[in-house]
Amino acid sequence: MIDAPLTGTRPAVVQERRPGRLAGLFHRSESLRGYTMLSPTMLVMAVGILAPFIILLAMSFWTRQGFEFDTTPTFANYARAMSEPIFGAFLARSFWVSGIATVATVLLCYPMAYYVAFHVHRNKMLWIVLMTLPFWTSYLLRVFAWKVILGYEGVINSALLSMGLIDAPLEFLLYSQTAVIITLAHAWAAFAILPLYVSLEKIDRSLLEAATDLGDGPAWRFLRVTLPLSMPGVIAAVFLIFIPTTGDFITPALLGGPDGAMIGNLIQLQFGAVNNWPMGAALSIVLMLWIATVALVFLLVTRKAQERLA
Amino acid sequence: MSDVSYIRRPNRLLQIYACIFLIVLYVPVLFIPLFSFNDSIYVRFPLQGFTTNWYADLMRRDPLWAALMNSLRVGLSVAVISTFLGVLAARAITRYRLAGQNALVAFIMLPLVIPGIIFGVALLVLMSRMGVPLSLYTVALGHLIVCLPFAVATLLPRFEGFDRSMEEASADLGENPWWTFWRVTFPIVYPGVVASFLLTFTISFDEFIMAFFLSSTDATLPMYIWSQLRFPREFPSVLALSSIILLVSFALVFLALRIGRLGSVRKPGAGSNGAD
Repeated sequence: MIDAPLTGTRPAVVQERRPGRLAGLFHRSESLRGYTMLSPTMLVMAVGILAPFIILLAMSFWTRQGFEFDTTPTFANYARAMSEPIFGAFLARSFWVSGIATVATVLLCYPMAYYVAFHVHRNKMLWIVLMTLPFWTSYLLRVFAWKVILGYEGVINSALLSMGLIDAPLEFLLYSQTAVIITLAHAWAAFAILPLYVSLEKIDRSLLEAATDLGDGPAWRFLRVTLPLSMPGVIAAVFLIFIPTTGDFITPALLGGPDGAMIGNLIQLQFGAVNNWPMGAALSIVLMLWIATVALVFLLVTRKAQERLA
Repeated sequence: MSDVSYIRRPNRLLQIYACIFLIVLYVPVLFIPLFSFNDSIYVRFPLQGFTTNWYADLMRRDPLWAALMNSLRVGLSVAVISTFLGVLAARAITRYRLAGQNALVAFIMLPLVIPGIIFGVALLVLMSRMGVPLSLYTVALGHLIVCLPFAVATLLPRFEGFDRSMEEASADLGENPWWTFWRVTFPIVYPGVVASFLLTFTISFDEFIMAFFLSSTDATLPMYIWSQLRFPREFPSVLALSSIILLVSFALVFLALRIGRLGSVRKPGAGSNGAD
């Protein structure tokens, strides 16, 4: 039924069988064959990534005229994004919330990944599957699960009430930044565990023995050998969590309440109820630029820190 | 264990932490099936008694079945196409030495580090400017972008450990490239292909953000759930539906991960009992 994109892959196959000069060139050049084999995937990615981004960028310079767009390029949307404090506030809150969630996730997952990498000797695969299985279930369902747990009449409140520990439901649980942070940290745990585990597993155990032989205690051994060597995993985990969660709008929409809404909700509104697509496009671009900036700063800082440690 | 050294010494504290970690990881998800059997419209303690009414209620919902069919169609198509493209890409990347290879791989992995909402709106803008009406096809295109990194990431390790002398032997013995691929290459990478298929299907089946921006009136299953979440009285039915989805997703992924490791780490006694 939905095999339309498949037709995009046909030319490569046809080309491969076409006889003559082209085929001769084909068999002679190894890398040409490689590129041809790669081209269907690249074509799909170009259609699905490059083209949309170019148009998104173009649209961010347009303005809305009723139900149409005025395509004269202008910086009006960006000027608005800078001048109106609400945009800056939402952006700052998004970075704050997902920053906390990222740090919490990485800190909580590190010991777990460490445990599996260093202390589990049999059935490692089973542990990895166990740790990552919940991640494969619908994100929406996991957020929904937290709504069930944190709700005004949810699991925690009703359990505490029926045990007589509290007299009235705790209101700060649902519809708050706390709820968003807890949910994000839980939902993205697998994205921290996998890279952390891989980088820890790769560490040459003889280095640890050497550190011990040279007189380092467990704490120093960890700080001077294990931690620096697992930094690539930490950096990967931070990126894999921080970047997607900054733009998240499901969790804030379901659990955030008024002061938990994030920039993603604002962007979604521009494409939905507010119906100002150019503004939404500009906000998306601003979000991406900020993410890129924060990511670069983070990379530089960790690199500097590593150099100082070494 | 024979080789217990100061590094491998069991750490009681970490063990306890690991157990708590797994419990915290699973308990929130397990509340969904628990309350789906609860005989009350309110999701709260104390539990009111066992019922399967909410499951029976699902049978009477036609939009739900339509949404399920939509999700299956999109999921299967996306799984087939992304796995096929993933095989081509993984093969090309591992078989040939290509200039700019790392940049190409990074480009494929790009969707992992860009917020989903940006992909969603960018594709939405592209579709509307090109005059393509939103449909399940546009949802499938969005899912394809999301799934390709996972397909390639699953397949690359299978192709990387590939011994090319096997193919050369096959060629020397007179097989043409096509049959070499089917009789030598494919059987070796087959577990990766199945794993990639199941994983991409699961991702597409559960995907919400792309579907949110790119679907029209044909809802996928997550879109249907989203539309029901606004009504508190629909909660128990959503819980029942979610439980079924959870069960199927768990089964599929478990299968995918098991098949994916077939032949790569087959050890005697593996999987017979829990670790430690």
